[in-house]
Amino acid sequence: MDTRSIDRILKKYNHEQSSIIGILQDLQEKENYLPEKSLEYISERLSMPLTRIYRIATFYNAFSLKPRGKYPVNVCLGTACHVRGAAMVLERIKMHLGIEVGEITKDNVFSLETVNCLGSCALGPVVVIGNEYHGKMTSAKVSSTIDQYRKDL
Amino acid sequence: MKKIKTVKDLEKFRDAVLSSRNPDKPCITICSGTGCHAFGCERVTQGFRDALEMHGVSDTIDIRTTGCHGFCEKGPLVVLYPQKIFYHGVTPGDTAEIVSDTLLNDKIIDRLLYTDPETGEKIIKEEDVPFYRGQMRLIFGNNGKIDPEKIEDYLAIGGYSAICRVLSALSSSEVIDIIKKSGLRGRGGGGFPAGVKWESCRNAPGTARYVVCNADEGDPGAYMDRSLLEGNPHCVLEGMMIGAYAIGSNEGYIYVRNEYPLAVKNVGIAIDQLRKLGLLGENILNSGFNFDIKVSRGGGAFVCGESTALMASLEGQAGEPRAKHIHTVEKGLWDKPTNLNNVETWANVPLIINRGVEWYTSIGTEKSKGTKIFSLVGKVNNTGLVEVPMGMTIREIVYDIGGGIPEGNKFKAVQTGGPSGGCIPESLIDLPVDFDRLTEVGSMMGSGGMIVMDEKTCMVDIAKYFLNFLKEESCGKCTTCRDGIRRMYEILDGITKGEGKEGDIELLEDLSWVVSGASLCALGQTAPNPVMSTVKYFRDEYEAHIKEKRCPAGVCIALISYIIDDQKCTGCGKCVKVCPRSAVTGKKKMPHRIDPEICIRCGACLASCRFDAISVV
Repeated sequence: MDTRSIDRILKKYNHEQSSIIGILQDLQEKENYLPEKSLEYISERLSMPLTRIYRIATFYNAFSLKPRGKYPVNVCLGTACHVRGAAMVLERIKMHLGIEVGEITKDNVFSLETVNCLGSCALGPVVVIGNEYHGKMTSAKVSSTIDQYRKDL
Repeated sequence: MKKIKTVKDLEKFRDAVLSSRNPDKPCITICSGTGCHAFGCERVTQGFRDALEMHGVSDTIDIRTTGCHGFCEKGPLVVLYPQKIFYHGVTPGDTAEIVSDTLLNDKIIDRLLYTDPETGEKIIKEEDVPFYRGQMRLIFGNNGKIDPEKIEDYLAIGGYSAICRVLSALSSSEVIDIIKKSGLRGRGGGGFPAGVKWESCRNAPGTARYVVCNADEGDPGAYMDRSLLEGNPHCVLEGMMIGAYAIGSNEGYIYVRNEYPLAVKNVGIAIDQLRKLGLLGENILNSGFNFDIKVSRGGGAFVCGESTALMASLEGQAGEPRAKHIHTVEKGLWDKPTNLNNVETWANVPLIINRGVEWYTSIGTEKSKGTKIFSLVGKVNNTGLVEVPMGMTIREIVYDIGGGIPEGNKFKAVQTGGPSGGCIPESLIDLPVDFDRLTEVGSMMGSGGMIVMDEKTCMVDIAKYFLNFLKEESCGKCTTCRDGIRRMYEILDGITKGEGKEGDIELLEDLSWVVSGASLCALGQTAPNPVMSTVKYFRDEYEAHIKEKRCPAGVCIALISYIIDDQKCTGCGKCVKVCPRSAVTGKKKMPHRIDPEICIRCGACLASCRFDAISVV
């Protein structure tokens, strides 16, 4: 655990307990998930009960207590994507990666998540891999789109 | 940047910006909203830069990357000023040709023009495209004129003149009076009169007060707040400044979804610019008014769009709503009087101050004034963001602006109001859209999502979709919401799997009554709306699922199968390749067949077939 980088985050938020959501967001951006040791450290530094930190970390969808893949695959299940067949796309991705939502592939390259709406409704169904948006996704395009990332490794 | 200390300084700054600009100077504007980003607008912008350099005209032609233009379906969008030539679907490969032909030799490139699907006519100007022609883009239209990272662009279109007027000539009660008379209603969902809210907040006892901008746009299918904040953050900030002055607040917050990284970035840049110029901070424009704004990112919880949950989240707690015996305008953030409005509401404020009550109230219907931005998405040809006067009918929005339903399919319903709203059937297609009319028919305005559904959308599946969403998003505080929604979901899930029983519909109706009656916040109170409205207008579809074990729209996997038409199948083998379960078999150039036992109904074959040989029964 890199305590210095956590200290930097805490300093940015003036060690305020009320900024815990922002603190956890910054930590997750850095670590890709919320490691237990880091949460314990934050609890100590902010004199904030660990249970309260876990309450926040588990209440909000944005946080993950498990490591995520190098390329998190995020499938938008917003209404506009849904009516254009997002559920089928998700099924196909699960099948292709061999994992369920919330899991990570054995080689730690991909993890699978869903999101309620990315606000890119005109492009639906939308799948985000890493930071790249893939619009107008179909189940037929799933394999080639994902495999592209494996090639780029 | 030099500090702007007085109104005079600001006007001087604006004059300097305007005089440095030549309105006739050619300018390439490239839409850089999230939609166009996904289509690769960054590479297009670079392509233009390279082409201008190659021709040695970088100094005589400007490039501007702007916020979302709304017509996301056709991105990347490019508009060439001053002629306003509109090109869509522009690729990096087109940029050199646009520069050499259109910009340097006045030659229009036909293939990049928009073609009216009805008349086949090529349309040159942005404003003549049917998608834009029927709109009234008072707020959203500015997105195409400014680079959101440049405060100079906002000043050039008259930005911050409303706050100047307010601080130099109006008292706080006069401002509140203007907003009350304008009839501005909250665009976030409830439609509560903004001026009344402001007044209650100002009159609430206490010294510290807060203004908050709700940018936690959680409604799936709505993204106008995102595009406003990304494309024109200054208009939202100016609205908040005016509100803060009227209410007597010195501190503002913007609560924005973390799923909107570009909005977080652009609003952060805008706030920095204001601080550097002295337009946020102490003694703004020498008026004695102090105000600053902080940005707080949400954690991805739908319930945080609710006022008390949002404020709990701002305080660093789990976003659970509380009972509102005492309203947030009296005891909100840190128990201080707090005024919460959403992005679009704040964006309306400078417009009302600048153009006056009389003008503003001339737009819209009797009780819903002004315009509303809708995200027109789903099964419609022209998807994107549209801004129309209140009172426009669904038909006008879906057909005149939206260009109707793709593939010649039949319109079935439009869903408004997100998970709290309902589905409006074809029989009500001439309904004028405003706050009250939508509520009357069992839906609501919500934040402005408008999801069009056609004959291939299953209404039971849609109801199930929303309840699945709500059961995940219920914070769990009230039993009726936490468990009631779950039970309703299970019943709907059973119906879509062919396990529906007689009496299921009635049980859903009973549960709806309990969930809406005994839940604390609007999430639970309105959760049954998607079920109630679909039962009301599409009962026959529910009955087909329950009694005949049939999904008329061909969506519910357990009730459908895919078949190949021998007459149409050419045996090309494309479906064999895409099938993940090897359920399709057949000899080359001979009709194929699908084994229903192996088929998982993923739809890959249907999507890949070029001969229309596969159908759902």
